[in-house]
Amino acid sequence: MTAVPALAVEDLSVEFRTRSGTVKVLDHVGFSVDKGETVALVGESGSGKSVTAFAVMGILDPAGRVTSGRALFGGADLLALSEHDLAEQRGRELSMIFQNPRTALNPIRKVGQQIADVLVRHGGATRPDAPRAAVEMLKRVRIPDPERRVEAYPFELSGGMCQRIMIAIALACRPALLIADEPTTGLDVTTQAVIMDLIGELAHESGMATIFITHDLALAAEYCDRIVVMHAGHIVEAAPARELFAHPRHPYSAKLLAATPGETVSLAELASIPGGLPDLRRPDLPACRYSDRCERRLDDCARPLPHRVIGERHTVSCWNPL
Amino acid sequence: MTPLLDIAELAKRFEVGNKRLLYAVDEVTFAIGRGETVGLVGESGCGKSTLVRLINRLLDPTSGSIRLAGTELADMRARAFAGNANRARIQMVFQDAGDSLNPRYTAADAIADPIRRLKKMSGASLKSRVEALADMTGLPRELLSRFPHQLSGGQKARVGIARAIAVEPELLILDEPTAALDVSVQVVILKLLQQLKRELGMSYLFVSHDLNVVRLLCDRVLVMYLGKIVESGPAAELFADPRHPYTRALISAIPQADPDKRVGRLRLSGEPRSPIDPDPTVCRFYGRCPRGEPRCSAEMPVLRTVASARQAACHFA
Amino acid sequence: MNLLRHARYVLSENPVTGLAFGLFAMFLIAAIFGPLIAPYSPLQSNAAMALKAPSAAHWFGTDQLGRDIFSRVLVATRLDLSIAFASVILAFMLGALSGVAAGYFGGWTDRVVGRLADTIMAFPLFVLAMGIVAALGNEVINIVIATAIINFPLYARVARAEANVRREAGFVEAARLSGNGEARVLLGHVLPNIMPIMMVQMSLTMGYAILNAAGLSFIGLGVRPPAPEWGIMVAEGANFIQSGEWWIALFPGAALMLAVFCFNLLGDGLRDIIDPRQRT
Repeated sequence: MTAVPALAVEDLSVEFRTRSGTVKVLDHVGFSVDKGETVALVGESGSGKSVTAFAVMGILDPAGRVTSGRALFGGADLLALSEHDLAEQRGRELSMIFQNPRTALNPIRKVGQQIADVLVRHGGATRPDAPRAAVEMLKRVRIPDPERRVEAYPFELSGGMCQRIMIAIALACRPALLIADEPTTGLDVTTQAVIMDLIGELAHESGMATIFITHDLALAAEYCDRIVVMHAGHIVEAAPARELFAHPRHPYSAKLLAATPGETVSLAELASIPGGLPDLRRPDLPACRYSDRCERRLDDCARPLPHRVIGERHTVSCWNPL
Repeated sequence: MTPLLDIAELAKRFEVGNKRLLYAVDEVTFAIGRGETVGLVGESGCGKSTLVRLINRLLDPTSGSIRLAGTELADMRARAFAGNANRARIQMVFQDAGDSLNPRYTAADAIADPIRRLKKMSGASLKSRVEALADMTGLPRELLSRFPHQLSGGQKARVGIARAIAVEPELLILDEPTAALDVSVQVVILKLLQQLKRELGMSYLFVSHDLNVVRLLCDRVLVMYLGKIVESGPAAELFADPRHPYTRALISAIPQADPDKRVGRLRLSGEPRSPIDPDPTVCRFYGRCPRGEPRCSAEMPVLRTVASARQAACHFA
Repeated sequence: MNLLRHARYVLSENPVTGLAFGLFAMFLIAAIFGPLIAPYSPLQSNAAMALKAPSAAHWFGTDQLGRDIFSRVLVATRLDLSIAFASVILAFMLGALSGVAAGYFGGWTDRVVGRLADTIMAFPLFVLAMGIVAALGNEVINIVIATAIINFPLYARVARAEANVRREAGFVEAARLSGNGEARVLLGHVLPNIMPIMMVQMSLTMGYAILNAAGLSFIGLGVRPPAPEWGIMVAEGANFIQSGEWWIALFPGAALMLAVFCFNLLGDGLRDIIDPRQRT
């Protein structure tokens, strides 16, 4: 199988300028997503998973600055595109769905109109056709009674419905890459399952590449082909989902797995991860940002972080992997 | 032996204009024994938070009884309950520790507030009590003088727990205490809660949407759907063999890393029925239920015993 | 500690706020030490020196009775600021308390407070203030009361909105669980949290209160001559503008303008220090 990367992020570093110093939020991050593949970026808060997506989409907070790296997408470097070209890409080829769908929708426009707007602007639909196309989109995201629902305002719909609308908008122009930033956080578990199934099926149908950002390892494992584990602005491990679950190699991935409540364990068996994230403003950040919390630390860990390929599509950044 | 908390036919109906009534909590009956941890699960809008606010007496019920160790609390008005002798006996840990701490109170002030009001302590004894509570909950003493915005999520959660156990409650309600926390912090807080329960002999009512956490922590589980309890039973049995189709759907929704375990999962379609003036003859789950037979729209199933210590509100359970 | 650092940051980012604080300090000094540092008596008339243009001896010139205008403007600061300050405090106490109660309890408390505020706002406010002073009697204390009454709705509305948002906040429910009665929840938990916003409101209405008090004096209500007061001085000076003695009205008018300007900027600056997100 020769996979074509839809997106290849290389050597991406991002800094945030704050009043109390420069925060090195992302440090030489690299990963790729193939066509038709779903990759999860997993990590706890402060790991840099959302910043990675925002940098790729060109929607970083003004305080943030990309200091190195490329994001190759369809032959172009997204990080080097002009604001105008990037906006054009964002509408057509790149889409994103966010955590809180209600705030991402315009509260005073009917949802059907909002879908039609995108179709007309980026999808090549004509104004007269757009309403019918919008109904089609709602059918695709399995909204019951779509003819009536296009007339609804966001506040009239439940959180799950709003997220479906957002998915419909994101997929309206058949993008080549979808970034989903915690799309089900705040939704009920039953709704979460249905929404995740839907994203999975649509991605599969259209051959779209998907980046799924989450803090929930189990959710990532169920819906993604590969998992990229992040910690404090580093990618510590990247592996096929099943392999990561069966044999995590980075000490942090292993701890994270062991800390996630699963099926058979009792509370006593759940692992705790000692310590917290290092202060990313420190000028003397250790090469491995996990080393202060790590039980497997060696003297070698002070050396620059390795990038070890240890299996098919399995890499780990650790001097002493499991 | 009387249970610690005995809820009988408790109901809360809100008026929503035009004499229409929203049935937030509809004739709910259950009990919590001493030292027991009972889980309460259900989706948002099912009435969990209203039920919790009725039990901790922040809200007055429309009808029904709330007995705490035999004492009827339902007829004491919520507005005046702050001065009631029973106030200290029921406390709560809030969902969002950040929101539940007064931004202008230091951690020490927050923990001291209930002790000052309900135990009438002050001065040096109050200070040493606050420090003891900080030690018990693993909050470093030097953080006591900080304001909430200077504390991490895990530290705020500890302050919230210290405040809730400060007046030695018999029943502690935990309203999604770890929902806002990272997994690594969640583990620590859950272990702390379990240890405190053992040490202080409290009973827990644990509200959560994370079924994996409920399974780890709870002895018994109540499943709520649109204002009603639709299933209850010992946690292990309920997870292994759910009787109500809604419980099955909930368990099916738990993310599953192992593809072999994904077979036969139940997905819900459609939207929940309206909780406003619900038809008393139709099962609340009708319309979303994969089974949904004619009988379900003609007769409301009641919560009945389906096995030893297990109840379900389904005709086919 | 943190607030100080933040304040310094805001000041360095926003020099206009620094200017406002500087002006405020100047007014404060004038109000406290005015009578001590004034070069001449503000009341002593001297017919020989009447209507002299600004000079080295009399920086702001002299008025029709030969009184030194600089001394009068300086000494008037205390009276003008006191009236404004007292009325703002009074408006704050009435407005914040009733507004917080309205927002927290809702129901009939909310309706009563809301109607009262609406009723006051329905009048042209300056005319209402004139009516109140005319009805209560031509006294300084009544200017304070009138100014407080017309400012009351502003406080009540802000306090109501802020308390309403916080009514359902976790920390309010937690306070009730901790055994705080309604009054204690309101005064000990809700009110302290809206104080920063009320402080901003106080600074913003301070300028308005100064203008209102001076306006009442200008039309002859409240403070009476010969007491030095900016409004009266402008009124007196207005008669001489036609004949070319511009300085009599100009300097007290400028002081008035500067004071209003200072408090408005101060309010904006305070808002930035308290809540950087509202920054424009």
